[in-house]
Amino acid sequence: MLSKGCANCPPGGCLRKCPYSTPEGRSVEDRKVLLVGNPNVGKSALFTRLTGVHAFSSNYPGTTVGFTEGYLRFEGVRYRLIDVPGAYTLEPTNEAEEVAKRIIEEGANVVVITVDATALERNLNLALQVLEMGHPSVVALNMVDEARHEGVNIDIPALERSLGVPVVGTVAVTGQGISELISRLGEARPGIAVPRADRWARIGEITASVQTMEHRHHTIRDRIEDLSVHSGWGALLGVFAVLGSFTAVRIIGEGLIDYLLDPIFNGLFMPVFEWLGPLLGGEGSLLFRTLIGMLIDGKIDPELSFGLLTTGLYVPLVMVLPYVVAFYAVLSFLEDVGYLPRFAVLFDALLHKVGLHGFAIVPNLLGLGCNVPGIMATRILDSPRERFIASTLISVAIPCAGLQAMIIGALGDLGGRYVLAVYATLFASWVILGRILHKLLPGYSPELVVEIPPYRMPSFKGIGMKLWFRIRGFLIEAIPMVLAGVFVANLLSTSALMESVSTFLSPLFRGVLGLPPETAGPILLGFLRKDIAVGMLIPLGLQPNQMVVAVVTLAMTFPCIATFIVLLRELGLADMLRSIGIMLLAALTAGGILNALFALVS
Amino acid sequence: MTTMLCALTNGQTARITALPQGMSGRRLEALGLRPGKIVTKVSGMPFCGPVTIILDGRQIAIGHGICCKVAVEPLAGRKTP
Repeated sequence: MLSKGCANCPPGGCLRKCPYSTPEGRSVEDRKVLLVGNPNVGKSALFTRLTGVHAFSSNYPGTTVGFTEGYLRFEGVRYRLIDVPGAYTLEPTNEAEEVAKRIIEEGANVVVITVDATALERNLNLALQVLEMGHPSVVALNMVDEARHEGVNIDIPALERSLGVPVVGTVAVTGQGISELISRLGEARPGIAVPRADRWARIGEITASVQTMEHRHHTIRDRIEDLSVHSGWGALLGVFAVLGSFTAVRIIGEGLIDYLLDPIFNGLFMPVFEWLGPLLGGEGSLLFRTLIGMLIDGKIDPELSFGLLTTGLYVPLVMVLPYVVAFYAVLSFLEDVGYLPRFAVLFDALLHKVGLHGFAIVPNLLGLGCNVPGIMATRILDSPRERFIASTLISVAIPCAGLQAMIIGALGDLGGRYVLAVYATLFASWVILGRILHKLLPGYSPELVVEIPPYRMPSFKGIGMKLWFRIRGFLIEAIPMVLAGVFVANLLSTSALMESVSTFLSPLFRGVLGLPPETAGPILLGFLRKDIAVGMLIPLGLQPNQMVVAVVTLAMTFPCIATFIVLLRELGLADMLRSIGIMLLAALTAGGILNALFALVS
Repeated sequence: MTTMLCALTNGQTARITALPQGMSGRRLEALGLRPGKIVTKVSGMPFCGPVTIILDGRQIAIGHGICCKVAVEPLAGRKTP
């Protein structure tokens, strides 16, 4: 591939042995562009518009932890864009701002300062700090449409004169002003440098001279926004949001299973397996056992046969995927509407009791989909202490969508109260363990300070894109693991290993948990995939009470391998081991107490 | 008369007179809260939950602990910012 724009090469493109080009054809002459701005000003949407590479853009302050890169070509020049984490100030008050400061200090050919036109004054604070560093800059005055709608008019040429750099009005979500912004990247130049002491005074002057505000009456949206954080109405709305979300997840998930995926699997795949069976050598052969599994009452049962092609595909694609899709669709909707920060306000008091603050609701919610993104999202929390507490609580007591689907599948038929018992135990464990960690770990829980963005009508394209990325992540991560889990389960059922492990752990299982030793195998296999492990508990013929104890122990014990890896990466070895020790202890304690309670009741 | 931000009643408007020292004060300043600015309290959550205020038409939620360190001067007869 020849690449243009390198000053060391002739106009035709790169010379083959050019020392300045990498094998991918990237030349050192790429111009580095930084995209900086406050959280939640549409910076990520702008990034997506400029590069076509997708960065998640959402309504929650601080989503962009770390940074994203992408490329933009314009008039033969290649720009390397870096989406810098959202920051309110370069006098860092959290980790994201430290990262932002470090990236900006490294310098760039162009700094695009994204300014929210609806909150000009506060945004100019960051803008002036960036300009003070003296890099060539351009200002993207974003959300000019929303500002106008709110009665805020900004004189763009006047702002350009005041700041000394080009200013372009943009609407990142619709693409308005983007081509002008790109064409003016070349005009980037250093702007005004205002010393810290005079900064707010200067911001006041600039705002007064370029911004005019029309008086605006309270709109319905304002009313809803006020009610959302009201102690009574807000809580009521929160309850409706939670109930509504769960109902929506159930309806979408069950709908997908009953009307789409189950019929497809039974109609298209099952006949193939039945035809394939005899070709593989019939029930006795090893190949049949591995691929199709055991026959249940003389038939293939996709839930219970435990073959790679049957259960190995049925569980992730038919039983779990629909709930994952449904969960992330609802969560992405809430995220883009802007409800999550309000949720953080509602939950702040509760989360303080476990040493966290309201922000931590987001990783916990994400964990309900899959623990891996949940634990990764703990990066938005400021201190290592909070991250440890949140990661441990998520991996112990937040059941992922796959596990939940199987919990409901395994216990739902026995009666809703058993499902409720599992959820109640998990929630109680979350609270109690959080309290204990909060008391034992040195340090304090920091306070919530969060800007609550206005409610916005989400773009369904945006939601769709986000949903697709999350589902793709699930498919790539889950399917190999489920297949491995089914394969191992398959091997174990034919080998003696399972029995020796069961015998070894038998006193613990029988004595503390009141479970037969055969449950040890599935609970240990939870390390591969917890949903598969629940599936293995079903054919054991446990009493409903025992099933509840087994499912709770399985849910809380050792994390699945993907969670294990992400814990190791996020916490480091020592803290990960500590977290897992806590987990095992918590699982045994909760299972043991539950077993004792059931014994008392019956 | 000076009081603290958390002590305002819902809907009450006040002028900020002083921010707490240190990191939490810097965080508030970064969000545009600083002496002289006029804010309206929207609500406060029970059990020492956060207080939500409106500053320049934008809601900001502030943890109870910090809120009780922000000195304000209530403005009589002003209901909207």
